[in-house]
Amino acid sequence: MSAIIAIIRRDLLLAMRRKSEVLTALFFFIIVVSLFPLGIGPESALLRKIAPGVIWVAALLATMLGLARLFAPDHADGTLEQMVLSPTPLGLLVTGKIVAHWITTGLPLVLLAPVLGIQFDLDTGALGILVLALLLGTPLLSLIGAIGAALTLGVRGGGVLLSLLVLPLYVPALIFGAGAVESHISGLGAGGHLSLLAALLALAVFFAPWATTAALRIALE
Amino acid sequence: MNNPIIQWFKYGSPQSFYPLAGKMIPWFWTLAVAFGLAGLWISFFVAPTDFQQGEGYRIIFIHVPAAWMSMFLYIVMAFWAGIGLALNTRLSGMMAQAIAPTGALMAFLSLWTGAIWGKPMWGAWWVWDARLTSALILFFLYIGFIALQAAIDDPRRADKAGAILALVGVVNVPIIYFSVKWWNTLHQGASVSLTRAPSMATTMLWGMLLMALAFWMYSIAVSLMRVRAIILEREAHTEWVKNLPEIQGKSS
Repeated sequence: MSAIIAIIRRDLLLAMRRKSEVLTALFFFIIVVSLFPLGIGPESALLRKIAPGVIWVAALLATMLGLARLFAPDHADGTLEQMVLSPTPLGLLVTGKIVAHWITTGLPLVLLAPVLGIQFDLDTGALGILVLALLLGTPLLSLIGAIGAALTLGVRGGGVLLSLLVLPLYVPALIFGAGAVESHISGLGAGGHLSLLAALLALAVFFAPWATTAALRIALE
Repeated sequence: MNNPIIQWFKYGSPQSFYPLAGKMIPWFWTLAVAFGLAGLWISFFVAPTDFQQGEGYRIIFIHVPAAWMSMFLYIVMAFWAGIGLALNTRLSGMMAQAIAPTGALMAFLSLWTGAIWGKPMWGAWWVWDARLTSALILFFLYIGFIALQAAIDDPRRADKAGAILALVGVVNVPIIYFSVKWWNTLHQGASVSLTRAPSMATTMLWGMLLMALAFWMYSIAVSLMRVRAIILEREAHTEWVKNLPEIQGKSS
């Protein structure tokens, strides 16, 4: 457990030293979301309808931006090999890195989402569901993305390939995440969607670090 | 020598599988053509015209087998990928790599024929229904698998990385299958099921099953041909490949 905390501390510290990378992804999120009203028009009825989908798609893309630097810098300077060799199970260390990735890219999105939701004229209840869905969904995005990041480590054209591998796997999160807000707005209640999202998260927490570890070992062979 | 287990593992090596695959390919081609002719004959001349959908429904004789094969091939691919990861056999990775393009073709065919069927029946080429969408995702998963393998130069690493991706993606296949039950949308429910009598005429069912068998045999034949090519490519440096009659014939 102390190893996980040490890894999280280290990755957060590194992220704080290189603030621009974290902030770039964050502003990318804000800009993408803000472009949609400009492209579609300012009618608030339409904006309310597309808001959950737009915010979720922007969150997927913003998470993708951060994935490339999840393992690549550690791979480049040899830290990753030391992690593989260390007596602590690699799965734990990988979990720590994923948690740190979520804190630096996922959590800010969750906190920013209500502000962007107000731009789209969502009411308070819908904003709450949006935040809750993102809170369940963004860790899922980080977990699934870590598998892709490990698979494309040191591969030609890794960045584009990463999005090709990971985005299809993000679809269930997108459907349930955006669906939660939509069904709340239409009065059906978001419980079912949120439960499915939580179930996916539970599955991913169990399997994703394991698959990521296997992929990392293959990449370092 | 009499132990059957040893016989199975014998064909796990590319060297002994290569001639075996060569012997099997004509048989599977024959079966594919036979089932295909019988299936096409039933579906075009024997099966009655549907009273609701008219003649247009006959596209399902291509569409349904292609959709079945696209899902089934992904499971087979993931199976070989898993075997390859677990037992570290070279041939399994080659099998997975050989199946992927055929699977992608089947997924594409099912989407394409589905669009052709959807235009007269629903009045739209494409509907954002759960099953269509997940078939599209399956197609993307195949493309991702092929792209990942193509991007990694070392074939052993490509096999293993692809294997992990295939196993992760196989979670998607049950979602495709159960999506009909999860979301109640435009797409009609499954017409064939094991638990209740099928809701279509028996001749239509026969035509569909024969076409499915034809597609199945075709997929096996093509995958075996492709795996033979992959074996030759990867084992080109070995003595046994150089001693093959077809190779010697080329070089002399």
